[in-house]
Amino acid sequence: MIMAWVLVLVVLGSVIFHLVSPWWWTPIASNWGYIDDTLVITFWITGIVFAAIVLFMAYCVYRFRHQSGRTAEYDPENKRLEIWLSVVTSLGVAAMLAPGLIVWKQFVTVPDDATQVEVVGQQWFWSYRLPGEDGRLGSSGVEWISSDNPLGVNPHDRFGADDVIVEGGNLRLPIGKPVKVVLRSVDVLHDFYVPEFRAKMDMVPGMVTYFWFTPTRTGDFEVLCAELCGTGHAFMRSYVQVQEQADYDAWLADQATFASLQQGQPVRVAKQP
Amino acid sequence: MANASDRPDAGIPPAEVPDLALPHPHSWWAKYVFSQDAKYIAIQYACTATAIGLVALVLSWLMRLQLGFPGIFDFITPEAYYQYITMHGMIMVIYLLTALFLGGFGNYLIPLMVGARDMVFPFVNMLSYWVYLLAVLVLVASFFAPGGPTGAGWTLYPPQAILSGTPGGQGAGIILMLVSLILFIIGFTMGGLNYVVTVLQARTRGMTLMRMPLTVWGIFIATVMALLAFPALFVACVMMLFDRLLGTSFFMPALVEMGQQLSYGGGSPIVFQHLFWFFGHPEVYIVALPAFGIVSDLISVHARKNIFGYRMMVWALVIIGALSFIVWAHHMYVSGMHPYFGFFFATTTLIIAVPTAIKVYNWVLTLWRADIHLTLPMLFALAFIVTFVNGGLTGLFLGNVVVDVPLSDTMFVVAHFHMVMGVAPILVIFGAIYHWYPKVTGRMLNVGLGHIHFWVTFVGAYAIFFPMHYVGLVGVPRRYPEIEATFITTPIAGLNAFISVAALTVGAAQILFLFNLFWSLRNGREAGPNPWRACSLEWQTPETPPKHGNWGKELPVVYRWAYDYSVPGAPEDFIAQNDPGPRVERDGPP
Repeated sequence: MIMAWVLVLVVLGSVIFHLVSPWWWTPIASNWGYIDDTLVITFWITGIVFAAIVLFMAYCVYRFRHQSGRTAEYDPENKRLEIWLSVVTSLGVAAMLAPGLIVWKQFVTVPDDATQVEVVGQQWFWSYRLPGEDGRLGSSGVEWISSDNPLGVNPHDRFGADDVIVEGGNLRLPIGKPVKVVLRSVDVLHDFYVPEFRAKMDMVPGMVTYFWFTPTRTGDFEVLCAELCGTGHAFMRSYVQVQEQADYDAWLADQATFASLQQGQPVRVAKQP
Repeated sequence: MANASDRPDAGIPPAEVPDLALPHPHSWWAKYVFSQDAKYIAIQYACTATAIGLVALVLSWLMRLQLGFPGIFDFITPEAYYQYITMHGMIMVIYLLTALFLGGFGNYLIPLMVGARDMVFPFVNMLSYWVYLLAVLVLVASFFAPGGPTGAGWTLYPPQAILSGTPGGQGAGIILMLVSLILFIIGFTMGGLNYVVTVLQARTRGMTLMRMPLTVWGIFIATVMALLAFPALFVACVMMLFDRLLGTSFFMPALVEMGQQLSYGGGSPIVFQHLFWFFGHPEVYIVALPAFGIVSDLISVHARKNIFGYRMMVWALVIIGALSFIVWAHHMYVSGMHPYFGFFFATTTLIIAVPTAIKVYNWVLTLWRADIHLTLPMLFALAFIVTFVNGGLTGLFLGNVVVDVPLSDTMFVVAHFHMVMGVAPILVIFGAIYHWYPKVTGRMLNVGLGHIHFWVTFVGAYAIFFPMHYVGLVGVPRRYPEIEATFITTPIAGLNAFISVAALTVGAAQILFLFNLFWSLRNGREAGPNPWRACSLEWQTPETPPKHGNWGKELPVVYRWAYDYSVPGAPEDFIAQNDPGPRVERDGPP
């Protein structure tokens, strides 16, 4: 008896908590509103299923609890009911999977006009590299890392000379322009995570990973690491500052390029093949 | 001599293998310590798993103290916090849940439920336990090693797991962890082969596969899965051990640590993740399937009704077991693997929801028009359905690749997997202990203490993990000993403190449960052979607790499935499996 009421209260409590509690996702600042939409669809479908199953159980516990003289029905199988339930479940699953896959397709298809921005993780801070005037990032590798070249930019690659290096500072991005975030790590796994952008991706040493998004709102958004990377994991922070184009251009003009950071060492430019 | 055709077992073929010759112990040591009796081994497994599980419970209190009340406990440094979460996770998943379900319940129940005298290889079975104990001791030793245990997270992702930025990475912590896992897998394999061969070869006459209780089915499928999945972890551990000790580079690319170029090069951290999750995802079901099986039997016995759709339940177990081997990379959607994998793994992952949902429907449909006795096992079974459905449904968020992107590596994930593979299976374990304790000890557990234990555990665990989803929805990452960040617009400190208080309360209730286990050994009500009036064979033993060899002179003969409850016209509301009694006509298995 008590159990039946507790089951009802679990459903009511969960639904009320969901509807009135102040804890909800942080306001979005990217184009990934579709992700939020898919999440809301999933909340609705799963919420209804949860309530239906637990309330059904509560009813059974109340209605069919042991009383003297009660005998259970003998009913081993019911093919029609089992098939019917399987079909309905499959439809519900498809209703969540289909929009999910469609949005995933968008998520993994980087638009052609996206500008590249590199994020480099290391224990326990973030660095950034922008492609400079030629619009291309120079190649890189851990073998070139030194105190003058903390990100390991290939000094023999002419595309790297004009790259803008931001070591341990903040990343700035112009609003409304799609960005392909190219991710690298020099030591262990990290994960570039800005809750407002909804997107995140691991950074893996020895690999280059990526994701893309379009900032839709100006402001400062805190960067966190979302993949355990050692004792400083929780304190590996930075900001992405999304700005109007004019402010962004003014800032960019002030930044040091890779060539200028090489402290007078001549930057060798690879010959054209 | 009666005419053969008059005998009730006339249609039942003789056993495929002759009755086992059991090794009979001659000394106290051989009987109680180095026992080859599956029932003793089961108890040894269960006690060891519970003991190490208590360590993990205490670690969870320490974690919750830090999360709920950050800054108060100076001794909980980030290093210590990461050690707590790592050891808590690893102990709970491997050394408690896997060992207790397969080594504990598997050993106790399989021979009794299929009508065997013992496991088919008793000596190997004994070795299995002692190697498991050694694995546990090596694990415990890492707490006392210089630098302490590893703090790499229970997933042990390289490169950080073996580097100096992680606690235990350059000390003995990670080495002991890997060695302990390797030992565990060796020990498990010895036990696992026993469970599989026993189910396949040592069933008594008349016990066809489709007459086995779902408990045996769940443990059997889980064991087959474990035998296929653990080797992936085994090789991953061996390779990482080589990377750490011999300087190989299986998982280590060229990297610069704190400005120092290391001599590694050419390896791939992602390969470790694939190996880990090729084991790790089946592992979820290795823990879940025995719980599915056991809970089916608890519901059926205490609702006095056959489990609804038995054959569908068996096939759902088999299909879930098979599918669980092709969903592993849903743990890796944001790992940097090729993004097109996402389409495949999201689809397989959501497909697995269908057989899982069927199991849930069949549990609740078993309650329909039943005669529900709200005993402790039944209460725990009902609580399991609530937490399992809750945790299973949040799995649809995380399995659906694009929805996973914002939620992965947040507290939402922590809440999800605790609900679905922490709380839910442990509720089944409690239900199962209340259910089978009378068979193991001959006495009932105290019901009053049991009710307190149940209500605090069920309501408390829900109060811990339901709100935790919303902490993750806000965006709080997991594995953060404290969280200060500008994206948090509504403070979560109060919610975290609430969760911590609930966690400590639930933890305290488990002490009450342990007390009940000891107290009832002497003071519990006498149970008799079949206190729940259940059909399955373990309740039909000539002695309670069953003696060595289980069945006295002659093995039982099985005439029916394990679910003949409330058969119309039968004198009682159950017909035991070895009761030749009335033949029952029905749709379903013979």
